[in-house]
Amino acid sequence: MNELIEFINNNLQITYILILAIFVGIEVIKSIPAVLHTPLMSGANALSGVVIVGAILVMLHSNPEDYVALTLGFIAVVLGVLNVVGGFAVTDRMLQMFKKKK
Amino acid sequence: MSILLSIIYLIATVTFIVGLKKLGHPETAKSGNLIAAGGMVLAIVGTIFIHDLEVPTIIYVLIGIAIVVGSIIGWLIAIKVEMTKMPELVSLFNGFGGASAALIGVVEFIGNDSIATTEGTVVSTILSAIVIGAITFSGSLVAWGKLNGSLKSVVKIPQYNIINNLFIIGIVVFSAYMVLTGVDSQPLLYGLLAAGIIYGVLFVLPIGGADMPVVISLLNSLTGIAAAITGILYDNMVMLVGGILVGSAGIILTIAMCKAMNRTLGSVIFGSFGASASAEEGVNKTLGTIKKTNASDSAIMINYASNVIIVPGYGLAVAQAQHVIHELEELLTKKGVNVKYAIHPVAGRMPGHMNVLLAESNVDYSLLAEMDDINPQFNNADVVLVVGANDVVNPAAHNDPASPIYGMPILDVENAKHVIVNKRSMKAGYAGIENELFYNAKTSMLFGDAKDALTELVSELKGM
Repeated sequence: MNELIEFINNNLQITYILILAIFVGIEVIKSIPAVLHTPLMSGANALSGVVIVGAILVMLHSNPEDYVALTLGFIAVVLGVLNVVGGFAVTDRMLQMFKKKK
Repeated sequence: MSILLSIIYLIATVTFIVGLKKLGHPETAKSGNLIAAGGMVLAIVGTIFIHDLEVPTIIYVLIGIAIVVGSIIGWLIAIKVEMTKMPELVSLFNGFGGASAALIGVVEFIGNDSIATTEGTVVSTILSAIVIGAITFSGSLVAWGKLNGSLKSVVKIPQYNIINNLFIIGIVVFSAYMVLTGVDSQPLLYGLLAAGIIYGVLFVLPIGGADMPVVISLLNSLTGIAAAITGILYDNMVMLVGGILVGSAGIILTIAMCKAMNRTLGSVIFGSFGASASAEEGVNKTLGTIKKTNASDSAIMINYASNVIIVPGYGLAVAQAQHVIHELEELLTKKGVNVKYAIHPVAGRMPGHMNVLLAESNVDYSLLAEMDDINPQFNNADVVLVVGANDVVNPAAHNDPASPIYGMPILDVENAKHVIVNKRSMKAGYAGIENELFYNAKTSMLFGDAKDALTELVSELKGM
């Protein structure tokens, strides 16, 4: 518990950002028409692919001799990119259909 | 971190927020998606090239290969997939994101030679990234399998929610033990990873029926949280804010979906949708007899109606009948029949799924009516044509308190003068329960694949 309080104290900025971001997320999504639920979920899914940034950092920091870290990092980047590219592309395809309605 | 990279991350973060906001309005949704995608590219490129590390060329090459491979595969899957398969695809991609987060956690753990002396908060961040990532990975894969039909049966483990809860508590206790003792053991770590994967399977496997979209949305939100946790690990703002945005937005979306089905999140996760004994009893009830009809009789009935309401369901999506139904609707409109589509919020496999499908076949947006607007109009409808929908028109939701879908808002099609139901067979719907609507005296059953039946109906109508 003490450690947690210490962590919050040492990372006050992150804690603030964390809490504010939670509210931004809630506000931004409020009152979305049901029509857009599926594309929105798909778009949010693409955004969660931001984890790829971490995967790239893992690779940048790893020692070229460390094959285990490199392999795992490589797979992590591939999967992250899949999530990002696939996610945005699918969302775009879904929304394409809404556009030509009139 | 260089100032330039910080600014790039700041811009990317803003594009995420603006993008999500724009995704919430039909006119701006497409640009919102592109804006967010642009921000993502910016963040990725910035991460690769802006740093003060000595990075050997081989690592750049590997990163490049990984990105090219992932992009090509992701792009191909995304443009090739049929519209009806979208929901499970979202689940699949989500699983990849979760796996990525779990792998990052694993590398961080085994690459750290001094876990024993590392701060407990850092270790707990690493472990939670691994566990949450693993849960979303396997959970999403199970959801994907369930939606595309390769995992058909609803597995009913007795007391599964007690087992599941004990399991997750076990994982938390075990992680806490690892953090507190600072034990640096790879076997234990892989044990934790495996436990996360198993929990993901246990978590999603018993959830059946119409609750699956809610689960996908929830897992999506969890992936966001996993990304945010890895962001804390690297003190990386774009991951932190991006992840949290997805996390909180995902929860709100999940709740919105639950509301559409009149269920609480708790009852979805711990409830027993379609798994209760009462559902089985319902099947044994004598519901009377059904009345079969054929295309020409149905065509006559529709032709002389003045108000027709079409209720599309997942059967329409499976049969790829969205174009034929549009043809039917145009034909009827030309004949002076007033046609509307009644869209249940969870028709198909996901909220908004039907809208996406019908938009694909150019159905006029103004003909799509939402549940609350259309329900009072069923009284005036001469014919309701139910195409491949079942649970969303099941009157048991109103009048059978023992039914697992009791309380779910439904389309009140039984108020119409006549109901034509197109289904492939008398098989129960996704929730696995009988539908007394089919035995109603006003109802005629038009058996057959939605596309074939509708095509026949259209050609009969053309001949009139």
